[in-house]
Amino acid sequence: MSEGTTKQFLYVNRKAPHGTVYALESLEVVLIGAAFEQDVRLAFMDDGVFQIMKGQDTAGIGTKNFAPTYKALGDYDVNKIYVEKESLDERGLTEDDLMPLTYEDEDDDWAEKPSIKIVSRAEMADLIDSSDVMFNF
Amino acid sequence: MKFAIQINEGPYTHEASDSAYKFTKAAIESGHEVIRVFFYHDGVNNGTRLTTPPQDDRHVVNNWAELAKENDLDLVLCVAAAQRRGIADADESKRNGKDADNIQEGFRISGLGQLIEAGIQAERLLVFGD
Amino acid sequence: MAILHTVNKSPFDKNSLERAIGVAKEGSSVLMIEDGVYGAIKGASSSAMVEAAMKTVKVYALSEDVSARGVNDRVIDGVELVDYAGFVKLAAEHAQVQSWL
Repeated sequence: MSEGTTKQFLYVNRKAPHGTVYALESLEVVLIGAAFEQDVRLAFMDDGVFQIMKGQDTAGIGTKNFAPTYKALGDYDVNKIYVEKESLDERGLTEDDLMPLTYEDEDDDWAEKPSIKIVSRAEMADLIDSSDVMFNF
Repeated sequence: MKFAIQINEGPYTHEASDSAYKFTKAAIESGHEVIRVFFYHDGVNNGTRLTTPPQDDRHVVNNWAELAKENDLDLVLCVAAAQRRGIADADESKRNGKDADNIQEGFRISGLGQLIEAGIQAERLLVFGD
Repeated sequence: MAILHTVNKSPFDKNSLERAIGVAKEGSSVLMIEDGVYGAIKGASSSAMVEAAMKTVKVYALSEDVSARGVNDRVIDGVELVDYAGFVKLAAEHAQVQSWL
């Protein structure tokens, strides 16, 4: 499908979930995109960090709760998830407030490992710099 | 240079579609190739043939349709986003049991794979949105 | 990799300009488009941030959007105005485009 080209993909998530559709619809792109065998990285910064927060329950607002879908990312080989520390700090959050997203490392006897890496603003800059294609929603 | 364009918003409410249109036009005029224009989120609303903007204002949908015709542009509306927002071609309409379709000629409805593929094949991807 | 960062929101509305400037590495460029061109206004609370950024990155504003908003006379010295043809050229000359929304 990818005709042999492998690019460094970066999906940039800066918006909170539920108040707008961008979080849900960007996740749909990531899931479809997983089939194209590119080097996929996800970046969560600004209000985007709220997308992967624990304890989301949309029953009261009557919308589809897609938060659990993030847990499936590991099964789609999407396991490079970068969350900006400054964005967490600004919002009074720590890594413990995030859903524990993991993947099974086939090169290490299928050991379960964390997909989330907490990075600094400067490291986020490096991530952007090293990408070939940036999707923004 | 091969460009791919992603448009996240519908006509008139946001400047995104206008900006993307002017960029696409300028890219073509400069001798570049725009391999696909992919409409996502509310961007699918750029593909309805039922708009009637005021006579003294630009016709966003027609601008895209004419640009596409003159330059053989591939204008793609995301099927999932289009279904959510009620933009359908004849096939989609029939498949989903609707009594009408509303797609503008020159646009086609397809899957998100088209956006990913454009990202792989283009040398530059630009996103216009909110 | 020199990236072209585009910003389409006013700095008084969203933090996108601040984020773009914070992430843009030396040699990269920031282009303000749409409501982002309000970030090019001098004498505003955002001006110092832009002026400081210009030490390491090139800052541009899209002339058509500047004119639309009537702010041509108050653009920060050193912010270069480019038209759509110039926007295309910038996109082609940089390695990639990061669209801050």
